[in-house]
Amino acid sequence: MAGAPQTLFDKVWRAHEVRPESADSPAVLYIDLHLIHEVTSPQAFTVLRERGLSVRRPERTLATMDHSTPTLTAQVFGGAPIALEAARRQVRELEANCAEFGVELLGLTHSERGIVHIIGPELGLTQPGKTIVCGDSHTSTHGAVGALAFGIGTTEVGHVLATQCLLQRKPRTLAVNLSGELRAGVTAKDLILAIIGRLGVSGGTGHVIEYRGDTIRALDMDERMTVCNMSIEAGARAGMIAPDETTYRYLEGRPRAPRGEAWERALEAWRALPTDALARFDREVELDAAAVEPMITYGTNPGMVIPIGGAIPQRCGDAAFTQALAYMGLAPGEPIRDRPVNVVFLGSCTNARLSDLRSAARLLRGRRIAPGLRMLVVPGSQQVKRQAEAEGLDRVFLEAGAEWRESGCSMCLGMNGDVVGRGEYAVSTSNRNFEGRQGSGARTLLASPLTAAACAVRGRVTDPRELM
Amino acid sequence: MPIEPFTILTSRTVVLPGANIDTDQIIPARFLTTTTRAGLGEHLFADWRYLPDGTPRSDFVLNRPEAHGCRILVAGGNFGCGSSREHAPWALADYGFRAVISTELADIFRSNCLKNGLLPVIVDEPTSAWLIEHPGAQVTLDVLAGTLTLPRGAAVPFALEAFARHCLLRGLDELDYLLERRNEIEAFERRA
Repeated sequence: MAGAPQTLFDKVWRAHEVRPESADSPAVLYIDLHLIHEVTSPQAFTVLRERGLSVRRPERTLATMDHSTPTLTAQVFGGAPIALEAARRQVRELEANCAEFGVELLGLTHSERGIVHIIGPELGLTQPGKTIVCGDSHTSTHGAVGALAFGIGTTEVGHVLATQCLLQRKPRTLAVNLSGELRAGVTAKDLILAIIGRLGVSGGTGHVIEYRGDTIRALDMDERMTVCNMSIEAGARAGMIAPDETTYRYLEGRPRAPRGEAWERALEAWRALPTDALARFDREVELDAAAVEPMITYGTNPGMVIPIGGAIPQRCGDAAFTQALAYMGLAPGEPIRDRPVNVVFLGSCTNARLSDLRSAARLLRGRRIAPGLRMLVVPGSQQVKRQAEAEGLDRVFLEAGAEWRESGCSMCLGMNGDVVGRGEYAVSTSNRNFEGRQGSGARTLLASPLTAAACAVRGRVTDPRELM
Repeated sequence: MPIEPFTILTSRTVVLPGANIDTDQIIPARFLTTTTRAGLGEHLFADWRYLPDGTPRSDFVLNRPEAHGCRILVAGGNFGCGSSREHAPWALADYGFRAVISTELADIFRSNCLKNGLLPVIVDEPTSAWLIEHPGAQVTLDVLAGTLTLPRGAAVPFALEAFARHCLLRGLDELDYLLERRNEIEAFERRA
């Protein structure tokens, strides 16, 4: 029906329907930007090769390497071989595939390389109203600018490479309405952890979330990306935030954002994207952001989360809950505060942008990390690394006793050899505390960069407000 | 990629009852360094299935003799959550599973299953509870009828969209369908 009020999601979806869905077939959805990386693309290129297909729109495709790449400078730039043979093979294979199929690659030593979800926005490729996919579930990050962005499997990577399209059932919409100002010491990470705690890890399944309200309007782009990044941890494939002046200020002048007249035309189109006043969502949830405390997870999924001053809950007769606590070596009723910590990881597509590093560095400046604790700081991109170094943040981390690395996914998923030891506790700014995620037997506590820095200083789970 | 058509499957079940089993459990990240699809079944549920030294854990369900030959996995709710890695259905299929039954499957995992001839079956709580309480039950999945038949003959319907059913029954590759839309895609690109 023409003129009917629409949500942000509806507008982006409809503008990309090559063919709308019907009872018999899913929609054919056009994809504006396809980001690829070394881990989930090799088998897709193999299919193209076997079937004699080419990449339909190489100019809409950008490749980088982040998941299995080393973070030690010698292995990235110094000519030392990549320690892991399998990672070396994946890097070489992506180089060969990109060369063969004419896809632009920001390779291992490229100055614009980084975690795929950090560099898209950083380059200005991530834009409002676009459809963006990548063979990675944290593609939801790009929704922070008002794009429809979601993770896909490798078979679908092949579909997009070959046809620039995907077959999709239209998801339902879920509005998460947030009001109130975040308290001092409470960050966007705490906000999204509180939202996941409220929705549960499957509360968003089948839905696209739109984060709305004055709390969201007050967040900068880095913070909005942290929120959208973890939408998948509530089961939602995508999270979106309507573009506004904050978005436009962030994008203007970025290397691959439109310029001149094209910028003006783009702005005009983007201003029409926000959800119409009378548009209906399939579901709505409210949350008082002013009541959110610094949050930390205690279990083996991101929904197992409590305020840092809280106690681990009891859930009688829930075998999965009992198994999770046994894995974590924690007991119901115990406070999480003051639990000893072995490792602190500051990094990942959730929290490795410049503002995240600044936030942790502010707390670490003039302090040392606890004796025996290991802290790994992995910037989200080479550009973030250079900016941080220009501000002297690397000195702050190094003088505090932390390790300062080249960019990549690193210890978030431990594919590249940056792992947490068996039985060790890691306070991590990443997005998943699944069993073994950061290494076999590793125990992950998810928290904000500020909380992670406080935990590093004390060597124990610490409320960052005690050190501010 | 050729996919084996899926019409009717009768098999005993293997049960993993816990909720929220994520794809990092199904296939840990350290096995994602492969550049092919083959051979991942060996690493399916690796951290639950093997001790740190690589010996099989006798208490894990897939290591029990009765699990041998089972082609249907019954899992707790929100199975397959987390990472989009298609290595998860590849590992399940390579191990020998052809269907996963749960009250809820994560979106990306479910989509990935359908691309690999692995049937995702969503059932109601009572059916799931019965299946979880009766590991090894012999059940039949009928894709055309859209039914799960329990041992005493009760047929429980499960939802499957028409397109997915069509592709499964004929072993069709969705890529062929998309490639056939070439004219529509070109028309879209011209007007965009």
